[in-house]
Amino acid sequence: MPDPLIVLDRVSHVFAGRSGQTRAVDEVSLELEPGKVLCLVGESGSGKTTTARIAAGLTRPTAGTVRFQGTDIRSLTGDAATGFRRAVQYIHQDPYSSLNPVRDVFGTLAAPLRRHRVVRGREEVRRRALELLTDVDLTPPENFLGKYPHQLSGGQRQRVAVARALTLAPRLIIADEATSMLDVSIRISLLNVLLRLRDDRGVAFLFITHDLALAKYFGWHGTTAVMHEGRLVEHGPTPRVINEPAHEYTQALLAAIPLPDPDRARPRAASW
Amino acid sequence: MKPILSVRDLAVEYRTAAGPVRAVRGVSFDVHPGESLALIGESGCGKTTLGLALLRLLPAPASTPSGEVLYRRRDGEVVDLLRLGREELRRFRWSEAAMVFQGSMNSLNPLLPVRDQMRDTVLAHRRMPAAEIRRLTEDVLRKVRLDPARVLAAYPHELSGGMKQRVLIAMSLLLDPQVLVLDEPTTALDIRTQRAIVDVLRELRERLGFAMIFVSHDLPLAAELADRVATMYAGRIIELGGVRDIFYRPRHPYTVGLLDAVPPIVGDLPALVSIPGGPPSLLDLPVGCPFRSRCAHAQDDCAAAEPGLEQVGVVHTAACYHIVPADRRVIRGEDVTNA
Repeated sequence: MPDPLIVLDRVSHVFAGRSGQTRAVDEVSLELEPGKVLCLVGESGSGKTTTARIAAGLTRPTAGTVRFQGTDIRSLTGDAATGFRRAVQYIHQDPYSSLNPVRDVFGTLAAPLRRHRVVRGREEVRRRALELLTDVDLTPPENFLGKYPHQLSGGQRQRVAVARALTLAPRLIIADEATSMLDVSIRISLLNVLLRLRDDRGVAFLFITHDLALAKYFGWHGTTAVMHEGRLVEHGPTPRVINEPAHEYTQALLAAIPLPDPDRARPRAASW
Repeated sequence: MKPILSVRDLAVEYRTAAGPVRAVRGVSFDVHPGESLALIGESGCGKTTLGLALLRLLPAPASTPSGEVLYRRRDGEVVDLLRLGREELRRFRWSEAAMVFQGSMNSLNPLLPVRDQMRDTVLAHRRMPAAEIRRLTEDVLRKVRLDPARVLAAYPHELSGGMKQRVLIAMSLLLDPQVLVLDEPTTALDIRTQRAIVDVLRELRERLGFAMIFVSHDLPLAAELADRVATMYAGRIIELGGVRDIFYRPRHPYTVGLLDAVPPIVGDLPALVSIPGGPPSLLDLPVGCPFRSRCAHAQDDCAAAEPGLEQVGVVHTAACYHIVPADRRVIRGEDVTNA
């Protein structure tokens, strides 16, 4: 077995508020190998986004450690810290608010390329930006460079967000409900783009969703962890979690999913 | 049985600086008392515009240059909603037909407790003594399985998303409408909350017998709640049929494409395919079938003229010159549930 890319070792996060403490994340342990998919499934308030932020180093856990390629991320300094931030990229739920509205697509992609000196010179930056747009199926890419977010559809914006995440050749992409605001057919095409990145470039994914059907599609060859009230209630290979759920909470989530099949959805309804 | 709502050749346009956006074009359909119709399609297909147009709720730059929305009132008289005056419209809304808007989070006034908002809604449409309003509001809240004692005094921020959505459904029922129009009633809710809303709507419709028209991009919701399903594309209905026609025997390539993109929870892992490209601009519609540039079945004749709805089954119509064979679609995972 290859060494894991990232390990969450009994991480917890407690929010202190006026009405007491909230254990948003409670002793969660996860690990993810390079080029693999880990789906983290849960409802609003289950702690899945806080867990994702801890994995990305955006939130410091109140207990536990995160190790990236074997090193505790709290001990990273200087170039190593920069390397971690480049290697782990985050895609947010809402492409309407995660892109800068006054930056065109070229500017959005050029900023990280220049800051991290991935490529130099305007022509090189432009060439790289065109490649990235092609990678996320925004073609012909020349048509998109000058576009501002308001000129793009939701699906196109989210592709730009993915292209931006790819500028720094990440090893891990954390996608936090990245497709939940998209239409059904657009959602699948974006997921297919992400799966291609996994296959062609060995990018690992921590895929956060409330929808087990999406976890099944995206994470079939990986693992799925189900979170409820800050704890992991089930964790295993995705086919087993979906087909033989052991925890009653997972079973309840599965039973609640609406089926695209009228006879199964309503066995008692009169037939046409 | 006579339809309660008959839409005939309805068009809706938005005036913009770049010219008219033809959001709804030549739409006709009937809804019978107690029936549930789903309007499905991608963002920008005109489904929400159509839903709002049915109750004349469209904002100012929108107009309805042609068509009729014929509504059969409780007293049996048929009126064209597009011709009602302001006062008639006020009496029509809520008592005859009510709307549940998308985004329950934003539809309630954050500064007023639920009790006040429900009372104001009743008083905006009818005169009623305070005691009767109280009885009525408690009654409709129980119908959506909320505890009036918990909810009436609460401000919206004290309620969960699912509770807010149920409050809105309860409010729509206050004056016992014959028709309910719902825009994306489960979008942005957790799966178990969605399930609760679906169950409440199904139960209410059985008990109260209202007709329901709901707009959604979520196909499984239509499978759960609709008697008939209309697929919309580029402002038109391009397929209309019984819920089993649409899910088991879809004939329009676009409907097939939408169904093929739904990730199934039951059975093996299929290779899901997305529909390539995006919908055309409603400012500048192409000649011929507006779906043809994305369609694997397109041939030369698709560019000549836009196909109209043709009969393909007993209560099933589709607007396509090259319909998909009825047996093409095999329901996935049939044998796998017990495996």
